[in-house]
Amino acid sequence: MNVVIPGKPDLAPSASAALAKKLAKKRLTVALVLSAAMIAIYFGFMGLFAFDKPLLGTILVPGLSLCIVLGPLVIVSSFVLCLVYVLWANRVFDAGIRDLR
Amino acid sequence: MGSSTLSIGFFFAFMALTLAITYWAARRTRTTEHFFAAGGQVTPWQNGWALAGDFLSAAALLGIAGIVTSNGFDGMIYSIGWLVGWPIILFLIVEPLRNVGRFTFADVVAYRLRQRPVRLAGAAGTLAVILFYLIAQMVATGSLIKLLFGLPYTWSVVVVGSVMLVYVLFGGMLATTWVQVVKAALLMGGGILLAFLVLTHFDMNPLKLFAAASEKYGTKVLQPGSKVVSGQWDAISLGLGLMFGTAAMPHVLMRAYTVKDAKAARLSILYATGLIGVFHLMVFIIGFGAMVLVGADAVAKAGGGGNMAAPLLALAVGGNAFFGFICAVAFATMLAVVAGLTLSGVATLCHDVWTNVIRNGTASEAEQLKVARIATVMISIFAILLGIAFEGQNVAFMAGLAFSIACAANFPSLVLAITWRRFTTPAAVASILVGTLSSLVLIYLSPTIQVDILGKPLAAVEQQWWFVSLRNPAIVSMPLSFAVAILLSLVTQEKNANLAFDEMQRRILLGPVQRGADEPARAKSAA
Repeated sequence: MNVVIPGKPDLAPSASAALAKKLAKKRLTVALVLSAAMIAIYFGFMGLFAFDKPLLGTILVPGLSLCIVLGPLVIVSSFVLCLVYVLWANRVFDAGIRDLR
Repeated sequence: MGSSTLSIGFFFAFMALTLAITYWAARRTRTTEHFFAAGGQVTPWQNGWALAGDFLSAAALLGIAGIVTSNGFDGMIYSIGWLVGWPIILFLIVEPLRNVGRFTFADVVAYRLRQRPVRLAGAAGTLAVILFYLIAQMVATGSLIKLLFGLPYTWSVVVVGSVMLVYVLFGGMLATTWVQVVKAALLMGGGILLAFLVLTHFDMNPLKLFAAASEKYGTKVLQPGSKVVSGQWDAISLGLGLMFGTAAMPHVLMRAYTVKDAKAARLSILYATGLIGVFHLMVFIIGFGAMVLVGADAVAKAGGGGNMAAPLLALAVGGNAFFGFICAVAFATMLAVVAGLTLSGVATLCHDVWTNVIRNGTASEAEQLKVARIATVMISIFAILLGIAFEGQNVAFMAGLAFSIACAANFPSLVLAITWRRFTTPAAVASILVGTLSSLVLIYLSPTIQVDILGKPLAAVEQQWWFVSLRNPAIVSMPLSFAVAILLSLVTQEKNANLAFDEMQRRILLGPVQRGADEPARAKSAA
């Protein structure tokens, strides 16, 4: 098993280490922002479901209520957020990784 | 009679195909790398399908369709909750997991920390999740097969357990992956066809379907109710458990290791999210279709707690052959899910407990494979026996419990291990144990066990000082687990963990150290 040995000599020179740190920070920021968006969308929806059922139950046109619009929108938005992340990662992040290597 | 013969025919075709795959995979399974991670050779597209196959249990097709048929919109709460965890896996977990770990999530949590205590605690959390989920699946499988095929309960459980044993024992991750892919394709195909056939009755317009439903049963079927999820904070708690539990399910996380690199792992999560999302939208149509075309009463009368909605709808819109096909797909679904669960349990027992705790990381390849195979047989026998023992019990809570434990025990330690320099061994161990135990205790004291299972009157237990009104513990147990982890990290010091943080961050970014570009498998020298 590959147990860590701190300070193993695989570390690159410090210039690239600084770049790596910057890239890692950038990825974490993007990841946190997108996670926050997902959590806000989902718990926004669940909050309405828990605390304002009449609003979610508003009938917009016959056969369509607000929750039947918003529910699938939550599903679609989770895919869209994933897509945004993957596009960003494939273009920006992976390019950064290539430069590091 | 005719439909039963047909479904058995379809099912045998599925078994023949998957056993042929297992035979093919068995000859390619030589090392633990193959057994647990299919040698890292699975493509992102295949892995996306396999993830969908691993995650979409019979509950997704039969269960949610049944809830929608009897309650309308509320069934979608589960569909949504089971999907929104996937972006969280993608953003926060999958790349660090793939780049740092080897077979299990404990690889990542224990990376900077002391191996033995963390791996033991991680194994306890993981095995608790797998055990409860496996029992829930086995019991649901036994009773559904009894309903669908007329096969006696015990035999159904034995058949499913044995076939799953063959997949995992001989074919390891490679066979399990292909079983998931085949099953997911059948499930998606069946679901889309069923939804399509429903919509042909409504000019291909879902709104006409919903309008017909509300004409027949009132607009309440289009509105949120309180029968499926009762209580305001319970709804939020359920949401937490579904979202973050999904993001920490061991059999899902394990699939990060079956692909070539972090980029491939990332892509496979994207594909899985799309597939699962589309499937859940179909199930919503299927549920409403069964409500209008079969009727909520007819579905309820068919038994199985509403689970017959989708098969009965298939019978109504597609005749006997389609009914048989959907039944066989449901059977295949259950089989594939238990295989995936078993494999992740085996990885925990063999890789975490045996290799890294008992043998201190020194077990040879041959020994590890032997232990893995013994563990496979043990878990399968265990699953069959427990499946038989729990016959007729209401085990729906066990699936919920599995998600709650994953969310409270595994998620906090995983996220903190990846992102927080100060995280320490005592904090990780305590967080996993507190998350597991608090979920167990809270569910035991809730109406789920006290009223539904033990049959005490609600009015009586409500008076007790220990009574917990929440049916879903995540809203308490997850913050508790985080709090314990943060508090203990602040009062303890761990120099090595602190020093190794930068190295770990670098590995999260760049992957395992110095591997030749032309060498696909992960470092052999690691063992």
